[in-house]
Amino acid sequence: MAGLAPTYGRGAMTNAWTDIRNANLILSMGGNSAEAHPVGFRWVVEAKEKNNAKLISIDPRFTRTGAVADYHASIRTGTDIVFLGGLINFLLTTDQINHEYVKAYTDVAIIVKEDFDFHDGLFSGYKQDDVRTYDKSSWSYEFDESGMVKEDPTLQHPRCVYQLMRKHYSRYTIEMVESVCGMPRDQVQKVWDMIAETAAEDKTMTILYALGWTQHSVGAQMIRTGAMVQLLLGNIGQLGGGVNALRGHSNIQGLTDLGLLSNLFPGYIRMPSHEEQSFDKYIEARAKQPLRPEQVSYWKYFKRFHVSLMKAWFGDAATAENDWCYDWIPKLTEPLYDVLHTIERMKNGEMTGYLAQGFNFLASFPNKHKSIEALSKLKYLVVMDPLDIETTEFWKNHGEFNDVDSSKIQTEVFRLPTTCFAEENGSIVNSCRWLQWHWRAAPPPGESRPDVAIMAGIFHRLQGMYRDEGGVFPDPIFNLTWPYSNPEDPNPEELAQEYNGRALADLPSADGKTITHKKGDLLDDFGYLTDDGRTACGCWIFSGCWTRGGNMMDRRDNSDPYNVGITLGWAWAWPLNRRILYNRASARPDGTSWAPEKRLIWWNGERWAGADIPDFPWTSPPSAGAGPFILNQEGVAHFFGGSMMAEGPFPEHYEPFESPLDYNPLHPNNPAARNNPAARVFVNDRAQFGTSKEFPYAATTYRITEHFHFWTTHARLNAIMQPEKFVEIGEDLANELGIKAGDTVKVTSKRGFIRAIAVVTKRIHKLQVEGRTVHQIGIPIHWGFKGVARKGFLTNTLTPVVGDANTQTPEFKSFLVNVEKA
Amino acid sequence: MTPSSTEKGILRYSTFSRLNHWVIAITFVCLVLSGLAFFHPFFFDLTALFGGPTMTRILHPFIGVVMAVCFLVMAIRFFKVNLFKRHDIEWMKHIGDVLSNRDELAPPIGINNPGQKLVYWLMVMSVPLLLITGIVIWRPYFADNFPREWLRVSSLVHAYIAFVAIVTLIIHVYSAIWVKGSFRAMTQGRVSRAWAKHHHRLWYDEIVEQERQEKAGNGSRTGAVNEHHMPTKGTS
Amino acid sequence: MRGDQINLQNIVARSATTEPSPHVREGGVEKVAKLIDVSRCIGCKACQVACSEWNDLRDEIGHCDGSYNNPADLSPETFQLMRFNEYVNEDGNLEWLIRKDNCMHCAEPGCLKACPAPGAIVQYANGIVDFNSEHCIGCGYCVSGCPFNIPRISKKDQKAYKCTLCSDRVYHGLEPACAKSCPTGAIMFGTKEDMTEHALMRVGQLNDRGYANAGLYDPPGVGGTHVMYVLQHADKPEIYSNLPRDPQISPLVDLWKGITKPIMSAMIGLTALAGFAHYVMKGPKEEPEETPDEDIRREARKEDRL
Repeated sequence: MAGLAPTYGRGAMTNAWTDIRNANLILSMGGNSAEAHPVGFRWVVEAKEKNNAKLISIDPRFTRTGAVADYHASIRTGTDIVFLGGLINFLLTTDQINHEYVKAYTDVAIIVKEDFDFHDGLFSGYKQDDVRTYDKSSWSYEFDESGMVKEDPTLQHPRCVYQLMRKHYSRYTIEMVESVCGMPRDQVQKVWDMIAETAAEDKTMTILYALGWTQHSVGAQMIRTGAMVQLLLGNIGQLGGGVNALRGHSNIQGLTDLGLLSNLFPGYIRMPSHEEQSFDKYIEARAKQPLRPEQVSYWKYFKRFHVSLMKAWFGDAATAENDWCYDWIPKLTEPLYDVLHTIERMKNGEMTGYLAQGFNFLASFPNKHKSIEALSKLKYLVVMDPLDIETTEFWKNHGEFNDVDSSKIQTEVFRLPTTCFAEENGSIVNSCRWLQWHWRAAPPPGESRPDVAIMAGIFHRLQGMYRDEGGVFPDPIFNLTWPYSNPEDPNPEELAQEYNGRALADLPSADGKTITHKKGDLLDDFGYLTDDGRTACGCWIFSGCWTRGGNMMDRRDNSDPYNVGITLGWAWAWPLNRRILYNRASARPDGTSWAPEKRLIWWNGERWAGADIPDFPWTSPPSAGAGPFILNQEGVAHFFGGSMMAEGPFPEHYEPFESPLDYNPLHPNNPAARNNPAARVFVNDRAQFGTSKEFPYAATTYRITEHFHFWTTHARLNAIMQPEKFVEIGEDLANELGIKAGDTVKVTSKRGFIRAIAVVTKRIHKLQVEGRTVHQIGIPIHWGFKGVARKGFLTNTLTPVVGDANTQTPEFKSFLVNVEKA
Repeated sequence: MTPSSTEKGILRYSTFSRLNHWVIAITFVCLVLSGLAFFHPFFFDLTALFGGPTMTRILHPFIGVVMAVCFLVMAIRFFKVNLFKRHDIEWMKHIGDVLSNRDELAPPIGINNPGQKLVYWLMVMSVPLLLITGIVIWRPYFADNFPREWLRVSSLVHAYIAFVAIVTLIIHVYSAIWVKGSFRAMTQGRVSRAWAKHHHRLWYDEIVEQERQEKAGNGSRTGAVNEHHMPTKGTS
Repeated sequence: MRGDQINLQNIVARSATTEPSPHVREGGVEKVAKLIDVSRCIGCKACQVACSEWNDLRDEIGHCDGSYNNPADLSPETFQLMRFNEYVNEDGNLEWLIRKDNCMHCAEPGCLKACPAPGAIVQYANGIVDFNSEHCIGCGYCVSGCPFNIPRISKKDQKAYKCTLCSDRVYHGLEPACAKSCPTGAIMFGTKEDMTEHALMRVGQLNDRGYANAGLYDPPGVGGTHVMYVLQHADKPEIYSNLPRDPQISPLVDLWKGITKPIMSAMIGLTALAGFAHYVMKGPKEEPEETPDEDIRREARKEDRL
């Protein structure tokens, strides 16, 4: 997601599951869509059958997606930027791009600052002290006197984005791709040719990716490279186009939407850093103004979203005089308080207690031994989960699966059983941003309670303790609004309405003649939010989900009047029920459609009309020249990422932190450019990286269809379908090592070992990389020492502690192991 | 030998042989009845005799094993007396006379006539085949260990051989009914001297010769000499 | 809700039954078929789980045998499973062929032919072949009869089990559980006519996409089946985890269960009758006199011969 927002403006799947059927070509890369998203994959199959679409699968392994793909090519894990960078080079040098689209809807013409530079793998501003840092001041545009960016529509200026991009990717030749990715040249060319065809105005490609891109130290940049390819081909905002981030958890989109990331408030409101003590400066830095004339730059209304959120949280206590309680909200001293950072602090004895809610801490994070060490330092651990998960028994010896000395661990563990989604009402946000309401199907078993009730209980207990015993800085605790009918168990309907937002005073219409909302009314959408405290809204992007017209999320009308897979009456999608983001780009600059079969929205002379809700000002005519990427200050999409990405404005390939190559083939003589220079690595974790001498094989982890993470090994039917932990080994390597299918093998990394059954397969084959042979090992993440399936080792015993430089998502997809017959 | 006869006759089958025979006979009939039930739907209601269809399926193979074991004993004991001799061929040429009760025209024969020997050899062939094929298709104990093609062959062979065995049995039983005086041999063990002399002249001559020698040599083993497994001399 | 409990007039064929079954519904009930489009299947096993859920089956939690096939084989508690085969085609390209293996519901079912228990295996007017456990005696003859190696005998109750094509659901107008659960629409259910038509459309599409030998698997050797496959390589069904090329009821089974049995039954009866006739015609061999004059008797019999 961190790759999409800097490119298009929003970090979300651009299109809809149901829209995949409109594609002419589907690129499944950085994900195994059939395996991990079998239900949504229906639309891929529909595209193949109804639209004669082709499916390309690019993966280290031949997967279930490969089984139904028209073309599969194996790639060395962690090298996707080379493949896609090569593709960008190929599209540019062979001129297979959608010119009109690229010129009108992207930043190619914008001129970049003179001191911006890229040399031997590093961008300008690089400093190597104890910690490697970038000064990003040069990663910016040139501005004119009025504060607008300078542009060269002829694209001839040597520092226009187009020329810089061309130069940057000229190094990504097909020879380089073949050598780095381990993909034979004819295969590379075949895939590139298929993709290039979708530069045609009547053809679209969609990209389906998931954790296969996200979980790398350069994950966000992989996504961005894919996003750039789609811009060149003119496939964003289009039917059957887009970059579709397939979400693994059914509600993980909801997680980020509601601000469960440590640096975000609900609705992607970036929290202040400790350096931002001034409210006005905090707003100014986020209320981004247009950088080109006539552009929307929707974040310019940031103050409305923030003030309405504060009104939702603190009610009457939030006033203009106290800067809407700005001093009460936490300020970050770190860019992110991500889990890797948290585990490091925990391990260093900087934390006393921990609430693990909604994840299996021990199983889910890299280097299990470090996790155990960290958890062992706690005084108490609270686990809120519907299942009896491994985390609650991190202290217990489960033989070689969890070989700990319980007598040395003093952490007190509390289990708070929670309900499952099917045991409560609520909404789930799917990958394509649909909020779908669901109803309780069964009563929760035993003493389990909804997470909300548990959190409410903790809140009331805390509030009582502050009241009775006093404490430092009680204001936010005392003034938090709690207007729920049952304060001990706020119901999901009330919460949904709180997210939607209400008028706190009568709201007049724009002309002042009528009242649009009376005091207390639910808001129709976020267009009515104000920055003066007259509205409250718990998550501005969700505004419109529960209006005066009722619950929009429980609608189940799947009629599709234009027969393009857009069902506006089914559930509700943020923002404003739009199904395909940036859909203004589905029309040419003049407002007509690119091709009859790709008609999505168009200018009908008075307003934008069509199958979808326009992601654009409805009445802004094409002649006004506003761009389709309304969240971006420039109104266009970014090839040049500016300072939004940690490692540079253009994606560059860096090797995984554990790689079979001990140099970056693109910069063989610059050790500083071997791995992501912006990645954060803790000192002790760096010592835990292995080398290709000790651990010769590239390993990657993944999920399989039969299981969902570590949950379904608690479900008998899933356990029957895949009962026992296995690893996948190619026939070439298995023959070399004398391993037969069904043998038990020991897989070792610098951080530990696991044992598992060997699945020996033709679906993984050796690759020729930089003149040597590279074998890859596949390790599913499922199985643990709890549940009804056969007991097994946790895969994360093996994985390294290093994350993506932007999101800190761990590099689960590329690391080194050794394999031997156990 | 009429029932009123006071002559004690000649011992043809020992007590053990007779008991063994009847165990085989009873189990064989049970096997026929239970087997026929699965042979063709026409006979399915025979399963009622064995406690229902499933119980019939369960019992049949166990009965079969009992039969086969007893039969093995019998087959060993009766092996030598059922070897074909040259005079058997001559006798066979007169089968029409035998069937038409003109026994006097048939040449003399030993302790068993070729018809009886044929029954013996048919059973010696059939029972092991039935046993082996039966084990292959025996559920739940063995069938899962064999490939399906083996099951098919075994089922087929079992059915066909059973047919042969049943026909043989009918002939065997009918012969006992037809040849008066023989049934008694298998119930009481003894036959009349006249019956022996009439139907098995060579055997009878041996008995007479033996009795003569016994008289001369103080006689010993009187009881055993008539038993079936006593070697018979060929008529060369 | 199967077997005799469903309206008995739907049963058009019955195992071990010599008299005709009711046939009045044959014209009115349309034949059904399940179409498995292998080219659309991703092997997710949702159908396997749905099957277990609908039929209340819970197999053992087994072991990984070094492949994706799990459970490793069909069992009394696993009516269907996905079989995965890694096949390298003529061009040297790998194909991962995934086939849902389950009862094919033959129009001429070998199991029904082999079964000795009346009514233990029935065929409904809609074509579904179903096992009626109440009448099953556990002999396993269906195992021998099946050309597709489908029925399994339970170790717990010694009865035969296999896919019912959700005859209970179908009877009430629902599709089989597997078809209901399939996320990609690879499993379809409808009338055999419609499914055949759809399959041929798909075959045409596959031909256009370069699968010159794509085809419909509806083997005539068993009279066609009510479970059919669309195969990318219909010329080589065996590459789909040994799908039989030309399945037929084994000639051995035909010999075993065919016309020979009534003939043999009759011969058994005739043998007995022949004995009786012989007795009537020729009479018994009477017990010989105690002191017969053998010479006189011999002469007398010579005269008899004339």
